[in-house]
Amino acid sequence: MAENIFSWLDERLGLKTIYDSILDRKVPKVNWWFTLGSATLFLGVMQGITGILLSVYYVPTPDHAYDSITFIMTGVQFGWLIRGMHHWGASLIIMTAFIHMLRVIFYGAYKYPREVTWITGVILLICALGMGFTGYLLPWNQRSYWATTVGTEIAGTVPWMGDFLLRTLRGGSDLSALTLSRFFSLHIWIFPAIILTVVFTHLYLVIRLGISNIPDQDS
Amino acid sequence: MPSKYRSPVLDRRSFVKIVSTALGSMMAAIIGLPAIQYFISPALTKTVADEWISLGSIDNYPMDIPTMFNFTLRKVNGWEKSSMSYGAFVLRKEGEDPVVFSDICTHLSCRVGWDDEINQFYCPCHAAFFDQLGNVISGPPPRPLDQYEIKLEGDQLFIHLREG
Repeated sequence: MAENIFSWLDERLGLKTIYDSILDRKVPKVNWWFTLGSATLFLGVMQGITGILLSVYYVPTPDHAYDSITFIMTGVQFGWLIRGMHHWGASLIIMTAFIHMLRVIFYGAYKYPREVTWITGVILLICALGMGFTGYLLPWNQRSYWATTVGTEIAGTVPWMGDFLLRTLRGGSDLSALTLSRFFSLHIWIFPAIILTVVFTHLYLVIRLGISNIPDQDS
Repeated sequence: MPSKYRSPVLDRRSFVKIVSTALGSMMAAIIGLPAIQYFISPALTKTVADEWISLGSIDNYPMDIPTMFNFTLRKVNGWEKSSMSYGAFVLRKEGEDPVVFSDICTHLSCRVGWDDEINQFYCPCHAAFFDQLGNVISGPPPRPLDQYEIKLEGDQLFIHLREG
């Protein structure tokens, strides 16, 4: 019965082909450093899941943001777990992504024909840092307030357009409710939308081009 | 791989499949089960209210006309301390104890009003009408308007608010 349903679906959707090309594709003999891309993807999915769960209670306004997070930590069952995973996962994903990038550099895996995979990877790293920067403000406590003050001030030191950048990031000249809500929007809609699109491109290229060998003495 | 290392019961591929399925389900459970509890936990905590509300002197209320009394109660929902507003209709009849109705429609909890011209309570949401004593005249409500338990201390009228 289950087999019949599967083959009916497979004939129309090509499930076996998807399975074969994703999980049964040929790979060279590699080592543990090659697992960091998958680790980053896994952490990214976890950030997505825990982030969606946090949005059940979090409110991005100056008069409720801090209280709503206090409520998540003390008033909701397992709130500490969900937020803790999101908090620590945020640091971890930057580490895995960065070490993943170092592996690609040291093995020369960014070379022809994988340049576009590299470029999409760099975009993803920048977006991950953007997620970190915007997410840091959301608890709206002293640390996040002053970290964002400093961070946006740094953007303000860019020659010519610094002031424009600072005002655009803050939504005005001061750190305010506008800053909080635009950081929230960037954090849950704009960056995730970009990341989702680019991750699919990145993975498509990994599957299409295959992964590179560990370079030997001849290469 | 030399055959002496090869398991007779399980090849490498099935082993990896079993291990990944087991680990995957474990991780899904570790995040999934707390997530369910996380989502429903406010539904499991009840906000209890149990107090006597003073409605002032009974002499303030006219005879034979249900008269609205509004009061607010401070409640904490999640992180928000809010004032919930309540309405009660006081009905006095000569020689009888006063009756105090809740203004919450027994159909789907809209608030009812008193219409002097037709001498009825009405609920605008689904065209429900109640008579002066709270009995359903027409419309969908399943039962008469709820009444508060009352207490008279001298001329002071109190109602008992119980929730949760």
